Amino acid sequence: MSRAPSILFGAMALAGLSIGSQAVAADWAPSKPVEFVVTAGAGGGTDIFTRTIQSIIQKNNLINQPIVVTLKGGGSGAEGFVYGKSSPGDGHRLIFGTSNEWLLPLVAKVAWKREDFVPVAAMAFDEFILWTRPDAPWKTAKDYVAAAKAGAVKMGGSQSKDLDETLVKIFEKAAGIKLIYIPFKSGGEAAVQLAGGHIDSNTNNPAENIGQWKAGQGVPLCVFSSQRLAAGPKVTDTMGWSDIPLCKDQGIPVDEYKMPRAVYLPGGVSPEMTKFWVDVLQKAFNTPEWKEYIERTSQSANFLSGKAFADYAAKDEERTRKVFDDAGWLVK
Amino acid sequence: MIENFANLFTGFGVALTPYHIALMFAGVAFGLVVGVLPGLGAPNGVSLLLPLTFAMDPVAAIILLTSIYWGALIGGSITSILFNIPGEPSSVATTFDGYPMARQGKATEALTLAFLSAGFAALVGVLLVTTLAKSVTQFALLFSPIEYFAVFMLAFASFVAFGGGSPFKTIVSIGLGLSFATVGMDTISGSVRLTFDVPDLIKGISFLVVVIGFYGIGELLETMQEPLAAKPVATRLDWSAMMRTAREWPRYWLTLIRGTLVGCWMGIAPGGPTAASFMSYGIAKRFTRGNKPFGKGVPEGVIAPETADHSAGTSAMLPMLALGLPSSATAAVLLGGLMIWGLTPGPMLFKERPDFVWGLIASMYLSNVAAVILALASVPLFARVMSVPFTIIGPMIGVVCIISAWTVSGSSFDLLLLFIFGILGFFMKTLNYPIAPMILAMVLGDRSEDAFRQSMLLSQGSLTVFFERPLSATLSVLTIIFLAMPLVSLLRQAFKRNAAST
Repeated sequence: MSRAPSILFGAMALAGLSIGSQAVAADWAPSKPVEFVVTAGAGGGTDIFTRTIQSIIQKNNLINQPIVVTLKGGGSGAEGFVYGKSSPGDGHRLIFGTSNEWLLPLVAKVAWKREDFVPVAAMAFDEFILWTRPDAPWKTAKDYVAAAKAGAVKMGGSQSKDLDETLVKIFEKAAGIKLIYIPFKSGGEAAVQLAGGHIDSNTNNPAENIGQWKAGQGVPLCVFSSQRLAAGPKVTDTMGWSDIPLCKDQGIPVDEYKMPRAVYLPGGVSPEMTKFWVDVLQKAFNTPEWKEYIERTSQSANFLSGKAFADYAAKDEERTRKVFDDAGWLVK
Repeated sequence: MIENFANLFTGFGVALTPYHIALMFAGVAFGLVVGVLPGLGAPNGVSLLLPLTFAMDPVAAIILLTSIYWGALIGGSITSILFNIPGEPSSVATTFDGYPMARQGKATEALTLAFLSAGFAALVGVLLVTTLAKSVTQFALLFSPIEYFAVFMLAFASFVAFGGGSPFKTIVSIGLGLSFATVGMDTISGSVRLTFDVPDLIKGISFLVVVIGFYGIGELLETMQEPLAAKPVATRLDWSAMMRTAREWPRYWLTLIRGTLVGCWMGIAPGGPTAASFMSYGIAKRFTRGNKPFGKGVPEGVIAPETADHSAGTSAMLPMLALGLPSSATAAVLLGGLMIWGLTPGPMLFKERPDFVWGLIASMYLSNVAAVILALASVPLFARVMSVPFTIIGPMIGVVCIISAWTVSGSSFDLLLLFIFGILGFFMKTLNYPIAPMILAMVLGDRSEDAFRQSMLLSQGSLTVFFERPLSATLSVLTIIFLAMPLVSLLRQAFKRNAAST
């Protein structure tokens, strides 16, 4: 059953490739409405990333075709990638996601491989922070690790075998601890569970937990990054993003862990199509609206395209594959 | 509390501009259309218009989008009552008595009752949001996966235990629903289940496709089995039928209040509108006096789910704004909107942007009234549809079902599923297997499984955790009582028979 469609897809991809390479060198531009596929649920980080790009493109008239956003978040985003793969060579369908494009095929039997998509650009890198409840007995990441060595500490996160749990695995190994990981549907849910004191900690992105931090319902212990976050305005009376210590300075040797916000095209598109979208996204990247989005969500802006992006993906897959192998998650 | 009303008046000041009022009516009208088309649904309708709001002021934007939601919630009942096809998932329970009423030529009455009850419940829901904003937020924070599981079980028990019919057939139906809910990727383990290596199944089976298949196609097949007399159902189209129903409506005050309370509870708990409407229907069936033939077209059977659906829909705005917790698919889209307009949902929103929060709350009063007025005005139009003979309307329903199933996610695989479910639905109906428990099992199955396994992780495998904290213990005990009630009455009957035979 699974065999036939994948052979079919393969054949279609090949056909798309040959048509693509025959395309004339003239500049390509979309000739019909463009579809942005969100490989995550409504209201999550990927949805907001996609709609921000959509609004920037519309406001600044970067393309002359309308944009339709479709949500395909089923199966941790697998739905969106399967859908994207079904139209090889189509430059009118962009897929918005994270590193799930290359991580999902490692842990689940899905119908695509990393090579089935053309990476267009990674535009932002979201940070991960170790958050804890305000009434917790520990006040620093060091104390947190000590407490986790002594007893059961509960860690919440978004989804299973996804970015959050992968970070927890890396964190556990680096600090020599064992945590009780509880997967929720989204980072927002993990934030509310932390506010209610039902879990002890989570590894939410800044934007997922900022509301709770402001209200004193969650405290950041450290950020999994090699340098401090950009300052920006103070979040609470006493602290801003740049006041959060680095995890590696707190005795947790995790140098850096980030989540790319990236855009892909289906395999078999022509180089002109890829170039067109790299240009559009580069223009969007340079707008004040993009800068404002980056600041508001406390991500780091970094535009990777072409080989740089492909190299990043390959390196990340390499590193994560080891973690997955240790955890016994790799799909046979 | 008084402070809240002062805030509310500021809110009315924000909401009551001609521009905002025009947006409300436009939103509600668009929402009604969205609600009538099964499969399009409120979440899709709202995300369709989301890009339009990028250039708008956040207050205007949220007023437009929430008005669509209210319109869609009300519009969803129209097709439930007229064609037995729920326009929205939360309107499934409205079909149980709404459709039989329409078949008896009482479409006008059923629609009028549904709209009035919906409007009443929505207003109570907003009133709750206005007065109890703060304490309700604190209450919602008490809910860990343990309490979630208890809430889901209570909703389940209150509907299934009062369901009647063959218990074995009910269990088969629940089992089917649970297995449909299992298909796809599992949140807790991250592994793929019951997909048989079909890539299209990784995303899971859409609840909407199941509903359209079982109700829409299944109903069509069943109707075709009867001799095609092409007899249109006689419907009186006069406004006097509407007026008479409106006058009689307050007589059902007990059902109204009960349904509204169930809805407010489920909106905040948060179990969502769909589960709320099932729970309310189950409770009404059990506690309405006089042995009414529920399922055969009694007004209480329309009022109970409609009130719960709408009070849950409105009161669910509170956890969304104050905690950033969406209790329905539409609320999730709205949350995304908030972030794009530059707002941070969560506990600080009430302090940082009072104009936005109270403007929205004030608009909820107005747009729900607008929704009821527009819906009532459309009753004669929709009731007239009932007088079209089946030979004409039947094929049209078929086409609408197919288009709707396609709209859900634009996948041709869903169309295949639609027909499989339609045929399955036909056989289940013919063999007297109840379909409703299956639908409820699908709504709650996935979420209660997650909540149960999260609870087990939290408690490290101890089952007593459900009875340790006051809130979850109360809910769990209520669940057990509800489940035991039919058993007790069975035992009592057995005793009586024994006593009579000796």
